[in-house]
Amino acid sequence: MTVTATRSIAVPAAKEKAHPRKPGDRPFGPLRIAAFAVLLLLAIGWLLPFLWAVATAFKTETDAASGDPSWIGASGPTAEAFTAIMSQGNVWLWAWNSLATSVAITAITLAISALAAYAFSRLDFRGRKWLFAVVIAGIVVPPQALIIPLFYQMLAFNMVDTYWGLILPQVVVPAMVFILKQFFDGVPIELEDAARVDGAGRFRIFWSIVLPLSRPILAAVAIFVFIGAWNNFLWPFLVINDTTLMTLPVGLQTVISAYGVQYAQVMAQAVLAALPLIAVFLVFQKQIVKGVATTGFGGQ
Amino acid sequence: MTTAPQAARVTGRGPVTGDNTRSIVTGSSDPARNPARGRREQLVSWAFLAPFMIAFVLFLVWPIIHGIYLSFTDQSLTGTGGAFVGFANYAEALSDPTMWRSMGNTLWFTVLSTVPLVLIALIMAVLVDRGIPGQWLWRLSFFMPFLLASTVISQIWVWIFNPQIGAANNILEAFGLEPIAWLQNAETNMYAIVIATVWWTVGFNFLLYLAALQNIPAQQYEAASLDGAGPWRQLWSITIPQLGPATVLIVMLQVLASLKLFDQAYQMLGGVSSDTTRSIVQYMYEAGFVGYRFGFSAAISYVFFALIVVIGVAQAVVVSRRRNLR
Repeated sequence: MTVTATRSIAVPAAKEKAHPRKPGDRPFGPLRIAAFAVLLLLAIGWLLPFLWAVATAFKTETDAASGDPSWIGASGPTAEAFTAIMSQGNVWLWAWNSLATSVAITAITLAISALAAYAFSRLDFRGRKWLFAVVIAGIVVPPQALIIPLFYQMLAFNMVDTYWGLILPQVVVPAMVFILKQFFDGVPIELEDAARVDGAGRFRIFWSIVLPLSRPILAAVAIFVFIGAWNNFLWPFLVINDTTLMTLPVGLQTVISAYGVQYAQVMAQAVLAALPLIAVFLVFQKQIVKGVATTGFGGQ
Repeated sequence: MTTAPQAARVTGRGPVTGDNTRSIVTGSSDPARNPARGRREQLVSWAFLAPFMIAFVLFLVWPIIHGIYLSFTDQSLTGTGGAFVGFANYAEALSDPTMWRSMGNTLWFTVLSTVPLVLIALIMAVLVDRGIPGQWLWRLSFFMPFLLASTVISQIWVWIFNPQIGAANNILEAFGLEPIAWLQNAETNMYAIVIATVWWTVGFNFLLYLAALQNIPAQQYEAASLDGAGPWRQLWSITIPQLGPATVLIVMLQVLASLKLFDQAYQMLGGVSSDTTRSIVQYMYEAGFVGYRFGFSAAISYVFFALIVVIGVAQAVVVSRRRNLR
């Protein structure tokens, strides 16, 4: 499974003609029409909750609270909920915190995982086998089970309510080492041997031969780590109490109780927080789809 | 001696012919033959490994060990306590009805969520894989919710499940049914959380299935088609059997993910604790960060840890037995 998944990333062109009509399907056969109808129903079901949130966000608070189920409020569409939250809250600050910490987590995770994966894939050192087994065993550890000792540790390091306390515990992702090692294993070793004959050191080889060849999988892993970090709730919720250091999900959570029944504003916040990730998806759709296949199947 | 795993690794891959070439070209890569080079390789290896291994030990291995220690003390979040109490925390946890209730809720949620999360994902992927026009729209609508933060999806569903003016009750009323206080009612709040979770995360399984479907060779469909098999026949005799390994994996991943329930259950109830939705992770959080009892909370973490490991290992054993039988 893993090998197939990684291989399809190595040769992205091979799968471009994805989803051809299966042989035996008539272009307008009754089954295809039924399939289309079911898909359409499912898509509507999956889009409706979000569209309903968008519709509410563009209502006045009175219209939203009136219980009138129409898509546009009686007083017409308005962006006042958006202007209200942008002017009063810390939304921009939280978005910045989310962006800064997610980028840092992604960069550090990728760098340290790729270096370790290369050592496990290519270098000879004593204890390689058992050390790799230990790292792999780390995949099964549920991060939620470590919140108590990790929090205690952050207290001891004076890292509670700091960026570092938020970032560092999130950069250890043993599954990424495994996925990248699988990929490096498939990179032809002849390329490296040629470079070694020319006198290139290990790091040179890693940096200028292996990494460029691994760009597709690095992108897939990076996008995935980024989304995970951007959306992470439990750890940032525990380690950050200072309002000015909160990430977007944690910050929004705190003001929701403050806003109480201001439905339009709450929905406007939800929509605003969703927009960057929808944009990311539209831009990186291909890499994300591959990233799911790789991280999902590759983790095994 | 040290090259044995290396050789095994290289010969294990089809297209990579490296092993022979490697020893011919470089020769000196065998540390047994060239001690100086071997020592250098050790150093270089550790330079590559150090950043990850340091973080791994600091933020994964050490917390596991320290957590075990904490679970044998009466340490509190406020810094008081810390005396060794033996197995008292574990004894308390195992005789605590709330702990068992949370465990039961977690397992119940896992059952309730895994079935639709696998089945609906399968239906979505099989239909999309038939090449129905509108590919980007299907992918966007099914997968988009997975990209949203738990905070966002929780707020959207709290709004939909609003007992007075929520869309869910509008739909019920349109069908002539009585409105329900979805999240406030102890009998329905778990189902509300399951519905929101299915909507939120089904896209991940959908994409996994889609990737698995693309790996089924087109020739199999062509051959079946030449034999006169229509779409239904192809579905049951090619698609579904070929998806077997993927389904096993998706179910395993889903069970392990569902057991970690916390974010949406906690936020959809607005942080209020309900006996019918409190998951084991939530009880761990409440014991440690609301009740300030770090030692007790650490003991619950290891009960949770054990649950994950036992279920994970059980799944792996069942899968490997099945494979051996074949």
